[in-house]
Amino acid sequence: MAEAAIELIGINKSFGPVHANRDINLEVARGTIHGIVGENGAGKSTLMSILYGFYQADSGEIKVNGKPASIKTSNDAIAAGIGMVHQHFMLVDNFTVLENVILGAESNALLNSSIAKARSELVRLEREYGLQVNPDALIEELPVGLQQRVEILKALYRGAEILILDEPTGVLTPAEADHLFRILKQLKEQGKTVVLITHKLREIMAITDTVSVMRQGTMVATRETARTTVEELAELMVGRRVLLRVDKGEAKPGAVKLSVKNLVVRDSRGVTMVDDVSFDVRAGEIVGIAGVAGNGQSELLEAISGIRNAVSGSATLDGKPIDLTGAADPGELRERGLAHVPEDRHHVGLVLAFEENENSILGYHDDPRYLKGPLLNIDAILADAKDKIEKYDIRPSNPRLKTANFSGGNQQKIVLAREIEQDPGVLIVGQPTRGVDVGAIEFIHKRLIAMRDAGKAVLLVSVELDEIRSLSDRILVMFAGRIVGERGPEAGEGELGLLMAGVERKEAAE
Amino acid sequence: MDFFDVAVQTLDSTVRLSVPLLLACLAGLYSERSGIFDIGLEGKMLAGAFASAAAASVFHSAWIGLGMGILISVALALVHGFASITHRGNQIVSGVAINFVAAGSTIILGQAWFKQGGRTPALAPGERFEAIVFPGADAVRGVPILGPIYSELLSGHSLLVYIAFLAVPFTWWVLFRTRFGLRLRAVGENPAAVDTAGISVEWLRYRAVICTGILTGIAGAYLAMVQNAGFVKDMTAGKGFIALAALIFAKWKPVNAMFACLLFGFLDAIAIRLQGSPLPVIGRVPVQFMQALPYVLTVVLLAGFIGKAIPPRAGGVPYVKER
Amino acid sequence: MSVPYAKLPAWADYGLIPLVNLAVAFIVAGLVVLLVGENPFRAAVILVEGAFGRGQGIAYTLFYATTFIFSGLSVAVAFHCGLFNIGGEGQGYIAGLGIAIVCLSLDSVLPWYLLFPIAIAAAALFGALWALIPAWLQARRGSHIVITTIMFNFIAASIMVYMLVDVIKPIGAMAPQTRNFLDGAQLPKLNWLIELFGFAKIRSAPFNISFILALVMAWLVWLLVWRTKLGYEMRTYGFSPKAARYAGISETRIILVTMMISGALSGMMALNPTMGDQHNVALDFVSGAGFVGIAVALMGRSHPVGIVLASILFGMLYQGGAELSFEMPNISRDMIVIIQGLVILFAGALEHMFRPAIQALFASLSPKSVGMAQAGKGA
Repeated sequence: MAEAAIELIGINKSFGPVHANRDINLEVARGTIHGIVGENGAGKSTLMSILYGFYQADSGEIKVNGKPASIKTSNDAIAAGIGMVHQHFMLVDNFTVLENVILGAESNALLNSSIAKARSELVRLEREYGLQVNPDALIEELPVGLQQRVEILKALYRGAEILILDEPTGVLTPAEADHLFRILKQLKEQGKTVVLITHKLREIMAITDTVSVMRQGTMVATRETARTTVEELAELMVGRRVLLRVDKGEAKPGAVKLSVKNLVVRDSRGVTMVDDVSFDVRAGEIVGIAGVAGNGQSELLEAISGIRNAVSGSATLDGKPIDLTGAADPGELRERGLAHVPEDRHHVGLVLAFEENENSILGYHDDPRYLKGPLLNIDAILADAKDKIEKYDIRPSNPRLKTANFSGGNQQKIVLAREIEQDPGVLIVGQPTRGVDVGAIEFIHKRLIAMRDAGKAVLLVSVELDEIRSLSDRILVMFAGRIVGERGPEAGEGELGLLMAGVERKEAAE
Repeated sequence: MDFFDVAVQTLDSTVRLSVPLLLACLAGLYSERSGIFDIGLEGKMLAGAFASAAAASVFHSAWIGLGMGILISVALALVHGFASITHRGNQIVSGVAINFVAAGSTIILGQAWFKQGGRTPALAPGERFEAIVFPGADAVRGVPILGPIYSELLSGHSLLVYIAFLAVPFTWWVLFRTRFGLRLRAVGENPAAVDTAGISVEWLRYRAVICTGILTGIAGAYLAMVQNAGFVKDMTAGKGFIALAALIFAKWKPVNAMFACLLFGFLDAIAIRLQGSPLPVIGRVPVQFMQALPYVLTVVLLAGFIGKAIPPRAGGVPYVKER
Repeated sequence: MSVPYAKLPAWADYGLIPLVNLAVAFIVAGLVVLLVGENPFRAAVILVEGAFGRGQGIAYTLFYATTFIFSGLSVAVAFHCGLFNIGGEGQGYIAGLGIAIVCLSLDSVLPWYLLFPIAIAAAALFGALWALIPAWLQARRGSHIVITTIMFNFIAASIMVYMLVDVIKPIGAMAPQTRNFLDGAQLPKLNWLIELFGFAKIRSAPFNISFILALVMAWLVWLLVWRTKLGYEMRTYGFSPKAARYAGISETRIILVTMMISGALSGMMALNPTMGDQHNVALDFVSGAGFVGIAVALMGRSHPVGIVLASILFGMLYQGGAELSFEMPNISRDMIVIIQGLVILFAGALEHMFRPAIQALFASLSPKSVGMAQAGKGA
């Protein structure tokens, strides 16, 4: 085995009461691609931020190339030959590629010579690694994949021998991701060491030499990639049997409740995120939308719930038209029986600074039950909140407590209780169990099934394929803004995975 | 007096009236480009004016006056930095506070020290910055057109006037041709990018507010030692806010800033020259209308009716490392 | 950044920390007093005696406080919606125009109790309309409301100078102000209220009925913010604009309505000095009261009770400061402007400066009383 490029020994890091890294040991061999997998919140990013000097460990030791390294700032990390490509790019949008590359690595107080040097250096890097990018382009005018390339160039320009990539494919199209992997392999061949953080097992299998698994702040295992399987890694990651089997009976689909036709949605940059999407959701069924994050699911949800205006397309709710391109607003849709559990409960679904009872009426504060003329009917609101707390087993059971003081699972239950208890005809749900503990996941899944069995139409969007598979009666797969396939609940993981990766389309194109 | 003489004289007073605006505006540019909003330009300028006039009259030296003006102004800038960079406080609130502290303390200290109703003693000729007469300015005065332009408009200003106008290309050069400028612009747009590049966001922003302090100090010194011969209470009279308006008007660019300040200075010069006398075609224009015009123009610009003013993206937001 | 703001007991959060901030502001002000060669402790005694020693002083203190309650409430209402209305000064100034129109045209016709409501409505309306334009620009054009309201202060000042000098001033008069109001536009004094507590007869203090109006407004603002649907929507938007969008709250409507309420409150601040005291509308009659509102709102933590208390404190400073300037000629009333600035600095921009120290203190006294025992660094 090759010499270790990085050794982490006994790393600990806490944020207040949260023990984000617990006695972590890790060895990364030089000239390899080393994957680190784990669920969201397992502590991967914290560990890498420590290695990059963004945070400092509470205790533990870092060795680079066998020598103890004191990494207190990003500067120390850069000096030790470590470069990092962050999940959210650390680029200045209105700077050119060149300006971004030299920022912090200028050769002297004046820019002229730095820019000239960087220009010739970029030509060399382009030749060596196939990293083409126009050095004078503004970052904001580049597609995401090229922006990421600039991040890699930044690291290489600083002489990085060890490159850390944090969830690099989250924002990439499959073609861009493939290109990235080719680049990473080339870097490896040139003797660089690559650490790849991800929660996507397929990527790990495709490209890494070694893989380490993190779970709840600890390092649970390290395997040679060739000698492990997706199933084993998955089990190590979650520490339980992966596929949750939810007991549910046969679906009895009724009339069409929600129908969407030819919907087109653009994001704030004007990029088309939802491209000509059509589907129906019937009473008494759960329709799941599967897909890799960033393929337009978020924008689809926002458009259907009236938060974001669609560019074109039509929709009906209970057979009556709703104008998603303009007039429909969340309040009106709610009144017409469309409830929405948003993806981002911290900033959208809840006001964390509010008391629990205040959040239990968010969006329904127009309801006469909660009002006395222009005044809020505090007694009724509190009684109602207490009722929901009991029904949904929300803890602590205090409606006057600030919402920020509830755990993720309980916060999600507050949202769910609010939306479900309004007895809507249609429920649209985004990432219902993101950052939620196992106990609450089961509860939430049962509630969604109960909604279905009560004859409601449920539209479920989740990046957790297992969740989609165990809950849905029909599965739509979204890729690059389009619905690329529909499958039944019995569809295999591999089949759906290929659809999610856009494989069919690509093959057709080639 | 013919039209040409009037024009030259109006332009000459435009230059004089623009100088404090220009210095304060460039001051604000350094701070805001680094992501620190500063509505305390007014207060820093006022404190600088008081300190420079007081020191000049006590030590009988214009240069010591200038130095003291800069020193005090920088001190207030550092208070703003301490609140908004180190303690991540609200930048607007901090700026408001500095304006009040400056407004109150200049009067209280002035009265306590000099007992002239909040004024500082009138500065003697050696205690002010005198006009610099260009070589041959008197000789060419008689030459038509170019003569008056050379001897009235270009020559005959104090050193600080030339400093103010030289500060424009200098600021441009700093911003776009130096490492400091690159980092300054970056930290105002995306401080996380600067942080991960191994540069201290805090120290960078502190340096920016120090630049702001230096320039507002010079602006104050100009008011107290060039435009006037001593400090008069509340002598900035809203110039700090006009400078802020000019900064927005200039879309945070140095050369634009000069033109914006010249425009606002010109409006002021016209208002003073007219003093209620009627204009051809339009008739009599109230002085107040001319005084309000910079603010109205800025609001119209802000409303996006004549181009969009996009502030530095990270402006006003304290930098916190994300978890 | 979550760690340094760990939980403290409520009394420490809402009582101790503001008091510490305030104390530091006064200590620094004391240093300024030292700097001009006076004894800060003697100054403090004169100040408090001047403000509360005699009935006359109390009446003046409450007179000043009245104006500050209005301007403080104005700032607070906007704060709750996440907006910084720095334009109270201009809104109050413009409201003087509304008051002038009503009073000059009706003061010979109506008794005060009929004219007062009309004047309140006019003041509120003018203030609200002056706030409406920056609000609209913020909501629909994205113009930063702090900058636009500052600009509108200056524009208001220009308009008022023009109106008072060129339009409203009686022909032949020298001073740029309206003619004096007749009895119908002079508000009744409340000095008898203080005399009830056994103070000697108060001869000339402008403490008047608009103080009652201010208290009513404080109660109404409390009701609005915490007990009405509109207040709920304002707070939702103030905490999280995204959540407000999700909840179907119109961004444009909530900004416009909040700023109009804020502007109306600023407008009402003009009633006290015009109809209650000077009985005319004069140049620069607001004299910075709109800005005092920022200090008052910050100190009172945007709660009406806190605002009333903070307003009385500032009223005390204004009244006591006037007395102080007789006794200590070096300390003019501009001392208050410094204190105001220091309060805004320490209670506003530096409000969290002493929090880590106080938390550490609590943690060492009784670790359980603090939400979390260990404060991480650098997070």
